[in-house]
Amino acid sequence: MAPRKLKAVDAVMVGMGWTGSVMARELTKAGLSVVGLERGAFRSPHEDFALPGIRDELKYRLRFQLMLDNAVETITMRHTPDEAALPMRRWGAFPLGDGVGGAGTHWNGVTWRNLPSEFVLRSHLENRYGKRAIPADLTVQDWGVTYDELEPYYERFEKLCGTSGKAGNLRGQIQDGGNPFEGPRQSDYPNKPLIMSQAGLIFTDAAKKLGWHPFPTPSSNNSAAYTNNEGQTLGACQYCGHCEYFGCESNSKASPNICLMPVLLADKRFELRSHAYVKNLVYDKAAKKVRGVVYVNRETGEELEQPADMVVLCAYPFNNVSLMLSAGIGQPYDPRTGRGVIGKNFCLQVMSSVQLFVEDEINPFIGTGVNPAALDDFQGDNFDHAGLGFFGGGYLYPSISGGRPIQVRAVPPGTPRWGGKWKEETTRWYNHTFPISAHGASYAWRTNYLDLDPNYKDAIGRPLVRMTYNYSPNDQKMSQFLTDRTVEMARAANAKIIGTPQPRTGDFDNITGQSSHHTGGVIMGTDPRTSALNRYLQSWDVSNLFVMGGAAFPQNPGYNPTGTIAALAYFSANAITTQYLKNPGALMHA
Amino acid sequence: MADQDVPRRDFLKGGALAATALTAGALPRPAEAQTGAGAQGGSTPPPPEPLLTLTADEAAFFSAVYDAIIPADNLSPSGTDCGCVTYIDRQLAGAWGNGAKLYRNGPFLPARPEHGYQLPLSPREYFAAGVKATNAWTVKTYGKTLDRLSPADRSSALTAMESGQAQFDGLEAKPFFEALLQSAMEGFFADPMYGGNRNKVSWRMIGYPGLPATWGAKAEALRGKKISIEPQSIADFS
Repeated sequence: MAPRKLKAVDAVMVGMGWTGSVMARELTKAGLSVVGLERGAFRSPHEDFALPGIRDELKYRLRFQLMLDNAVETITMRHTPDEAALPMRRWGAFPLGDGVGGAGTHWNGVTWRNLPSEFVLRSHLENRYGKRAIPADLTVQDWGVTYDELEPYYERFEKLCGTSGKAGNLRGQIQDGGNPFEGPRQSDYPNKPLIMSQAGLIFTDAAKKLGWHPFPTPSSNNSAAYTNNEGQTLGACQYCGHCEYFGCESNSKASPNICLMPVLLADKRFELRSHAYVKNLVYDKAAKKVRGVVYVNRETGEELEQPADMVVLCAYPFNNVSLMLSAGIGQPYDPRTGRGVIGKNFCLQVMSSVQLFVEDEINPFIGTGVNPAALDDFQGDNFDHAGLGFFGGGYLYPSISGGRPIQVRAVPPGTPRWGGKWKEETTRWYNHTFPISAHGASYAWRTNYLDLDPNYKDAIGRPLVRMTYNYSPNDQKMSQFLTDRTVEMARAANAKIIGTPQPRTGDFDNITGQSSHHTGGVIMGTDPRTSALNRYLQSWDVSNLFVMGGAAFPQNPGYNPTGTIAALAYFSANAITTQYLKNPGALMHA
Repeated sequence: MADQDVPRRDFLKGGALAATALTAGALPRPAEAQTGAGAQGGSTPPPPEPLLTLTADEAAFFSAVYDAIIPADNLSPSGTDCGCVTYIDRQLAGAWGNGAKLYRNGPFLPARPEHGYQLPLSPREYFAAGVKATNAWTVKTYGKTLDRLSPADRSSALTAMESGQAQFDGLEAKPFFEALLQSAMEGFFADPMYGGNRNKVSWRMIGYPGLPATWGAKAEALRGKKISIEPQSIADFS
């Protein structure tokens, strides 16, 4: 049966997380009629994130209350292109978000800007180390956009979120106490840094002893009540220790739900439809235009077609890739030849840590999503990579954002995992331990990519996305190097006991927690032979199709991606509203 | 046979004793249990909880396992007395136990550990199979089901499962041990509304203050200081 055809609109958003909300707002402001389709439920912070129920570790963290139901959709995983992939039957290494607000409801609020050199990565590395120093399989690329071009849009997003922090570089002047490595900013953060935790103080002292440069991590957990650039008021962070995986009851963690949704819902040009699971794009191959999308109303089962002049894919990278591949837009990537673009340069994040056991009272339960201390001395190319055998880096930080006891209760190495001795050591150390972690880059590697799985299907019969992924030799050497730096910090902090370091030197697994920072698959660039999108996030092949999100990153720097994802969405929206709408067509020519 | 079974089952025995205590009016009321030393080891066992899904054999098995993982001592009562068997019974009877949010489509291909859980079984079915496989192995190895073993033999059986030395027929011993350990930690540390962590005993043990966790500006004043406050749970605010 043909899907029931609805009334056409100017633009349809597939996914209503950060990018869908940002783009919907910018397009409705420009006068367009916009429909926002979201696969999951509507979420209202005052109802869904209320005390006391929101402080439930079992429900939200262990049972993934805010996350996508694996029975509806999941992904499959294998390490190399020669193996059969198996489904992630339940989330482990990472969960994927779901519902209005998307990952923007359950994130921690870490809000970085990329280093300027990251945007021109291949040129930068070739320039500094020579072409021959870069391994053939390290398929990193330039983004096609520069830090300076994105700077105003980073600022807009920080002013949307009320980001707390301390500038390290104001218009080229290095500022005491900020990140001296960051690109020049036109303004300081809208909010002062959060209150530093005890773990943050220990981290900061150790860093200074080593001659490194600690600073307050930029955080969209607001340190004080704040009215944003859309007139929405956010609360002050309560240091509740229930941030990632949870919604925020004090409205202090920026989310699409509180920063933008009230404005959108009050706008007649906008319509939000939740439980709308987009099945495929309506692609007119002859005209090279998308005509809209077909979706399943998950409350009724009905299939509907939403015609639109413009389609913006705002889903998570897996879904953006899936919709491109199933529509046949763009050449699928082939890891053997390196040709093709859809699915190419899939990256994650290479995380590792070491546990410190100290005499201080850590009070881990007084925590913010963003532990407010970090250092960037080993980020990107902030240090000389000559002779190290790898490129990239990451930031170091005390990675404790809560003391939720089902999961956060490390014991010293050699302690049994159960029984009387385990209880004794757990009681002894619960309040006296925290990890220092490295939040490492994931630089693209030829054999890591996404395509459609031939064996497994989701709840509406679409093939699952297949993730072919493993830690590359570059990742493993980088992880060893960064983990060694965390151990150096643990020693400088005079930790009584140092845990067993955990560099990512083995195979990727579905179980060990990594991050939900997947990138690539529909990457941006300046050459249609090597990228799926132009620098405005417009498909090279279909000019009325735009693709947002981490999917557009050519590779993943060692930062949490949300700040850059949102800045790119604003940058793209600006190109659409100031150039594209006047003359719909390709914004760049190859 | 049934008469002989009853006394060996700590979980049921505890229930029976508590029922006696209740009749005698000696059971501490919740308010007393929260503040006094009543929550510590050696106190009156908790009242009996009816089982939603576990069989008597399964309840006895979980009770034995949880008491080995969380033995009664001066830090807390035993895993069973903390409510861990009630916890797993409710979990397995509910949505999670019956496979909610679990991708269960085939094919079920041979898997490496890196792929995580890959069996067609729901958690309820998996734990049922695991209990049977464990008991079959302990009968073969020690001559008795796990709950009938001496505390020392129980510990050595669990250690053999944890290390992967125990070879079960069919189901793998090591992942099943991990599932048991995880369920014990959930029951012990989760909010008490799930049936375990009775009287917030584990939160008190480690010094986790629970709710409402709206520290605000106190975050600075309390930084680095020892905090001794009576933990509160979701029920305390409901």
